[in-house]
Amino acid sequence: MARKITFQQAINEAIDQEMGRDESVIVMGEDVVGGSGADGEMDAWGGVLGVTKGLWGKYGDRIMDTPISEAGYVGAAVGAATAGLRPVCELMFIDFMGVCFDQIYNQAAKFRYMFGGKAETPIVIRTMFGAGFRAAAQHSQCLYPMFTAVPGLKVVIPSTPYDVKGLLIQAIRDNDPVIFCEHKVLYTVEGDVPEESYTIPFGEANIAKEGDDVTIVAVGRMVQQSLEAAAALSKEGVSCEVVDLRTTSPLDEDTILESVENTGRLVVVDEATPRCSIATDISALVAQKAFGELKAPIEMVTAPHTPVPFSGTLEDSYVPSPEKIASAVRKVSEYTK
Amino acid sequence: MSNDKIIAVTMPKWGLSMTEGKVMEWLVEEGTELNVGDPVVDIETEKIANTFEALDPGILRKKVAGLDDILPIGALLAVLAPSEVSESEIDAFVSEFLENYVPPEPEEEDEEESAYQYIDANGYRLRYSKMGTGVEKIILIHGFGGDADRWLFTQQPLSEKATVYAFDLPGHGQSSKSVNDGTVSGLAETVIALMDSLDITEARLIGHSLGGAIALQAAISYPTRVTRLDLIAPAGLGKEINVDYINGFIETDNRKEMKGLLQQLVADPELVNRALVNDMLQFKRTDGVSNALSQIAAGFIDAEGRQSRIMREEAALLTIPINLIWGSLDKIIPADHARDLPAQIKSTVLDGYGHLVQLEASTEVNAVLAL
Amino acid sequence: MATTLSVEDLLDAYRTMKTIREFEDRVHVEFAKGGIPGFVHLYAGEEASATGVGMHLKESDKLASNHRGHGHCIAKGVEVNGMMAEIYGKKTGTCHGKGGSMHIADLDTGMMGANGIVGGGPPLACGAALAAKMKGTDGIAVVFCGDGASNQGTTFEAMNLATVWKLPVIFVFENNGYAEATASKFSVACEDIADRAIGFGMPGEIVDGHDFFAVHEAFGRAAERARAGDGPSLIEHKLDRFFGHFEGDNQNYRPKDEVKRLREEVCCLKRFSAEVTQKHGVSPDQLTEIDNEVASMIDAAVVFAETSPDPDVADLTTDVYIKY
Repeated sequence: MARKITFQQAINEAIDQEMGRDESVIVMGEDVVGGSGADGEMDAWGGVLGVTKGLWGKYGDRIMDTPISEAGYVGAAVGAATAGLRPVCELMFIDFMGVCFDQIYNQAAKFRYMFGGKAETPIVIRTMFGAGFRAAAQHSQCLYPMFTAVPGLKVVIPSTPYDVKGLLIQAIRDNDPVIFCEHKVLYTVEGDVPEESYTIPFGEANIAKEGDDVTIVAVGRMVQQSLEAAAALSKEGVSCEVVDLRTTSPLDEDTILESVENTGRLVVVDEATPRCSIATDISALVAQKAFGELKAPIEMVTAPHTPVPFSGTLEDSYVPSPEKIASAVRKVSEYTK
Repeated sequence: MSNDKIIAVTMPKWGLSMTEGKVMEWLVEEGTELNVGDPVVDIETEKIANTFEALDPGILRKKVAGLDDILPIGALLAVLAPSEVSESEIDAFVSEFLENYVPPEPEEEDEEESAYQYIDANGYRLRYSKMGTGVEKIILIHGFGGDADRWLFTQQPLSEKATVYAFDLPGHGQSSKSVNDGTVSGLAETVIALMDSLDITEARLIGHSLGGAIALQAAISYPTRVTRLDLIAPAGLGKEINVDYINGFIETDNRKEMKGLLQQLVADPELVNRALVNDMLQFKRTDGVSNALSQIAAGFIDAEGRQSRIMREEAALLTIPINLIWGSLDKIIPADHARDLPAQIKSTVLDGYGHLVQLEASTEVNAVLAL
Repeated sequence: MATTLSVEDLLDAYRTMKTIREFEDRVHVEFAKGGIPGFVHLYAGEEASATGVGMHLKESDKLASNHRGHGHCIAKGVEVNGMMAEIYGKKTGTCHGKGGSMHIADLDTGMMGANGIVGGGPPLACGAALAAKMKGTDGIAVVFCGDGASNQGTTFEAMNLATVWKLPVIFVFENNGYAEATASKFSVACEDIADRAIGFGMPGEIVDGHDFFAVHEAFGRAAERARAGDGPSLIEHKLDRFFGHFEGDNQNYRPKDEVKRLREEVCCLKRFSAEVTQKHGVSPDQLTEIDNEVASMIDAAVVFAETSPDPDVADLTTDVYIKY
């Protein structure tokens, strides 16, 4: 039965259902329980924003607080994954990947190939990303392009409560390392989510809105921003198709190309910085494989090439807004050769 | 300024989940004299496209909605009025309507959601919706892989004179996914158990495809509980079935394949839109569904890919009214199965439609059901 | 405890401690009122630690801090108006509103920056110490870490490196019992963080971090050793924080009334005031005068921050070496 729950509750429910279904699923991370070793309450936090709250009461030792030792526990989770467990590892902010990147991209990402197909590494690393919290330069980045660039990692960036549940269950059941990127601004967004467990396969983009004039490709929070832009543009008579990639690795090339074949015009929206990003990647793909279909140059709407600023004034203008997206769409839709 | 000779034609509400529709094509010119039931305009909802037919007689004086307009339910599509009403009166009517029109509030969605209820029967939790308050009770039984939405254009018209229940079979829609007994008789037991839970002593059963076989089986097993059968492209009347469709539906997790499969259900492939494909994939990706579907398929199809539960002879012995409705272009279960049955079983084959005939030709099917 | 500090030094120490306390108590209030965006991690309760260390630092010495960095900034001489404006995200802030609470830095005063990454500071401090050593100055570097950062690989690597290169760097671990919401007795594998010094070939010492004099004395020895070219030291300050991990933390992992009891029993300011007025010839009036002076300074800082302009949107793309 579907009912409205938040993005954050949908994540909790996915982990809960998978821990209930499969004993090899464990959860670890900094304060994913909270209160370990202290004299107050246990399950004090359930993660810094309370996403895993309540799981400790149900699953006890299968959900573990860790010391602040990202390289240590993420690496241990990778090792555990090769030895029969399915760790769901929480790395509080994607920015902290810097501390443990070796364990992810030299270790986890490589095993399957480097060991001649003999290793499986079913680990999920859940991590918050994105600007909008006034959390400044080291707690707000969009680092998913880096992970997308690494062969051997799957990269998931959900945009709705429905998707986050199905994609997370898929990630936990998947036998490869998955970097599961949760935009912190989406945590409070509500949507219809079935109570039952279900999966969404990786590499299948979702057409969040159908349209005929301009294709907008987006991920994560940018899907919502793009839908807002599309709603405003439809009043001006411009019909946008919004493609939500859902996963940047694997990438659903077909859906992107089919949409561009129909519209002939492309705007890519990416909250990451503009170089070597999802925006450039999708643009390159379309330029390479659908050049003949394009009726206008591709537009990219991205953050500027700067760290994320702290001040609200600056941060608000840092994030691609529906207005910026709309003006890029106008530019491509008005273009004539 | 109101004028009771002027009639507003508004965006219809088809099914519980419809909130808006897109104007695809006008089928009549301004000035046409319309009778009730005449096709007026093609409208696409997020589920399926359908033709809107005149609910009132009158001259179509003005088309208000433009092509490709996406309008909420209740929004003004066109205006009917006798010829003596002047253009200016019509314009005044339109502007008054537009001024006063309030699109349905989003919170209405919650009320719509609550139109679905859950009930326990035969060890399952079943989702159902109830429409109407009439004395006659009707239960709508969808087919393999379907859900209560298959009755999008059927339930509401029937509910004007009867109390009409549409439910999701075990393993389907939002009912329990673990199936205890996937055979036709097992599922017929569930229909009877549902009637017990709903305190329904006797009911008319309308079944589509596998749901037709289930309805027929229920009537055979419990002759006193069933007052009439309407079987739409039913299983259970012949060996042949498109087993490639059944197996493909169970196996596929791919959008393109699913689209191709669903297109076999209808004569006009354009009717299968992205939302329908997504709904089916979402359903298929729910835990337990593929087991349930395999189990149910094994319950009515044998190892050679032919139907295993044939009830022609038992059907011939039933004394209740039985109606068969088939689309002539059915690619799943051939319309030939309607042939050579005893005279008391009436059959209607609708030319040019496919397996999902109650969706493709809702007006014609509803007309037969209303007899 | 006997002290070599003059009355003037003691009054300076008091002023610094009081400034930190007032600053943090005020940020707590203004954050709750909604004036301050983002995350803030308050230092109240730990003032003796930053102040006892800071008294030994010259302006040319370097200090690397962490997310709980306001106290370290003040003790290193960063000006409070700029700090407060930074926390408010204003153009007049120490970092022009680009960094915020977690990234206050003032290289002119040797403040290398608060830090949003746990364990980010120790290697940086080694680098600053290396620079001092290579340039032949008697400069030193200090890094403040929490008990949480004591478990980071970067910290271990930095401590090893410091000894290998015999760097003038001092690792001060402020063990307030909690890394976020997890107790240090759970997360730190050894009894005391100071025990880890042995493994890295440097002296390690445990100090009562609520006791300004103990902090001051222990750090004095370590600083002298570093300036003399004898290499790094580790000092563990056992102390308590009077607020949550960050503002908004309901602290349910702590026993009820723990903070209330701590504020009464182990407040470094109360302890310092009693000691200096009873034993070191400081009069209560002198302290009251400082209290008043600090109160108006913090009031003024808040007014300054509140009335300062926001950064210009155009500032978004300044301080970069290239624009795309």
